[in-house]
Amino acid sequence: MSAALPPLHSLDPIGPGHRVTLGETLPLKLDCGLDLGPYQIAYTTYGKLNAEKSNAVLVCHALTGDQHVANVNPITGKPGWWTTMIGPGKVIDTDRFFVICSNVLGGCLGSSGPKDNDPATGKPYGLRFPVITIRDMVNAQAMLLDHLGIQQLFCVIGGSMGGMQVLQWAASYPERVFAAIPIACAAKHSAQNIAFHEVGRQAIYADPQWHKGDYFEQNTIPRAGLAVARMAAHITYLSEAALHRKFGRNLQNRERITYGFETEFQVESYLLHQGSSFVERFDANSYLYITRAMDYFDLAGQAGGVLANVFQGTKTKFCVVSFTSDWLFPTSENKEIVRALNAAAANVSFVEIETDKGHDAFLLDEPVMFATLQGFIDGCAEQRGLTGRSAAKGGRA
Amino acid sequence: MNQTRALVTSNYLDIRRDLLLIAEMVTPQSRLLDVGCGDGSLLEYLAREKQVDGRGIEIRQSGVNACVARGLSVIQGDADSDLPDYPDAAFDYVVLSLTLQATRNPRKVLHEMLRIGRRAIVSFPNFAYWRVRLQLLLDGRMPMTAALDDPWYETQNIHLCTIRDFDELCARDGIVVEQRIAVNGQGKRLGGAPANWFGAQAVYLLHRR
Repeated sequence: MSAALPPLHSLDPIGPGHRVTLGETLPLKLDCGLDLGPYQIAYTTYGKLNAEKSNAVLVCHALTGDQHVANVNPITGKPGWWTTMIGPGKVIDTDRFFVICSNVLGGCLGSSGPKDNDPATGKPYGLRFPVITIRDMVNAQAMLLDHLGIQQLFCVIGGSMGGMQVLQWAASYPERVFAAIPIACAAKHSAQNIAFHEVGRQAIYADPQWHKGDYFEQNTIPRAGLAVARMAAHITYLSEAALHRKFGRNLQNRERITYGFETEFQVESYLLHQGSSFVERFDANSYLYITRAMDYFDLAGQAGGVLANVFQGTKTKFCVVSFTSDWLFPTSENKEIVRALNAAAANVSFVEIETDKGHDAFLLDEPVMFATLQGFIDGCAEQRGLTGRSAAKGGRA
Repeated sequence: MNQTRALVTSNYLDIRRDLLLIAEMVTPQSRLLDVGCGDGSLLEYLAREKQVDGRGIEIRQSGVNACVARGLSVIQGDADSDLPDYPDAAFDYVVLSLTLQATRNPRKVLHEMLRIGRRAIVSFPNFAYWRVRLQLLLDGRMPMTAALDDPWYETQNIHLCTIRDFDELCARDGIVVEQRIAVNGQGKRLGGAPANWFGAQAVYLLHRR
């Protein structure tokens, strides 16, 4: 891509961490039928891998997440997206575990995706990048682990689309996953969620600056479309109660309503900010590809329609977590996973966390979630023969 | 449905004895499902003392969270709705402690337990206990005892039975009573005294014929 394009500068720095080229000798066989290789995966690591290589934790990011899970994000300058969960003395204690987080395939923060140059044309792929799936993302992560020489992960953890990857990991590589923590997710993307994604994609298509995906060649990006997509999606990450608590019907910088179409309510201003800040850090085509990957996710579909078959004979220990006010991935959908795991006689725990913060609660300070996950992880670590939490830290800060 | 278990927990000795009786029946290193596992005290005891690979189902989310925080494998659910999810013979034991009488369909629950477990361990308060009989006879009121300490309008116990009733159900449904222990109001094992008169609670080890 051309460095002369101002909007792209913000997407260029991948920040701290590493980038590795994979699939040079053996390409990645994508679900769409194409082979991808070589391809690149950008990732960060925290903590130290022990001599037995038994303390690795893979963190899977959500739709618009990235590999900067516990360090300052190089683009936004804000703390990593899961510093509530991961760091020294936290539930995923980086003094104890070797934590890996990679940018998903199709992403825009260093891993191969639609904004990369197509070697065949020398121009950004755009929509010529192959369509990828959650399984493709996981297979790429597995090749990253091969590269790092890690045979088995102590734990795979993630929320939302990250949770889908966790489930896919447990399904595709059961022997490589000792413990799995899928949070606020589902074994398939629901019709309602596909519908929300389609609204977002249509907003991008409708932006004249999108140029059928070839916006970089036109020195532009579809800001308006991507911002609207983000605004619509962001509503689904919250809850009616949380929105009401935060904004109610409060007016934005005015005493009374003005009978016009300027930003009248605080909630509008908030959403506009969410939209406009998002376009500074995310590529519109990546948004199309990754939402598509989520839409295609249907784990049972990989096993003749019976979800329990996916987990047959698994030795992985699962802890499924849902949130009462999550209407994007409601408890009922998380419990479908639990039911299937029970039917496969798998080792599963399930907790539903009481909160009004909606789907995004998994990223926030939820003490009950931390306490239960700490118990689950400590129990699993004991069974895996890992050393206990360091006494000096005394658990979560 | 775990109302009963929760109430018994307030009497530490009762719960200890009741759970210890159950624990005695369990072979070390077996696989066990505790239905209505409360705060996980039986599961934790069995995991530590008998290296049992235990799972739990608990209806109250606070109980589930407490169990998982203790490192136990527990899901939120209840005996009436969640047992059908499990495959046949998935466990060596399925335990239902002081909860059968609070299920909507105790007979179905019993058969589900015996389907998913090679053995079932069931305990329940005996409604033919002499104190219960006496209160009903003399007072003419719904009896309240240590094991049944909610008034009729608040109790979760909708399917109370006696030791004799339960024996008869087992005989009728082809369920073999491998072991039966009745305890008195102090939680002590009955000697020679007739169980259906002097047993405040009974614990059964069952399997299918």
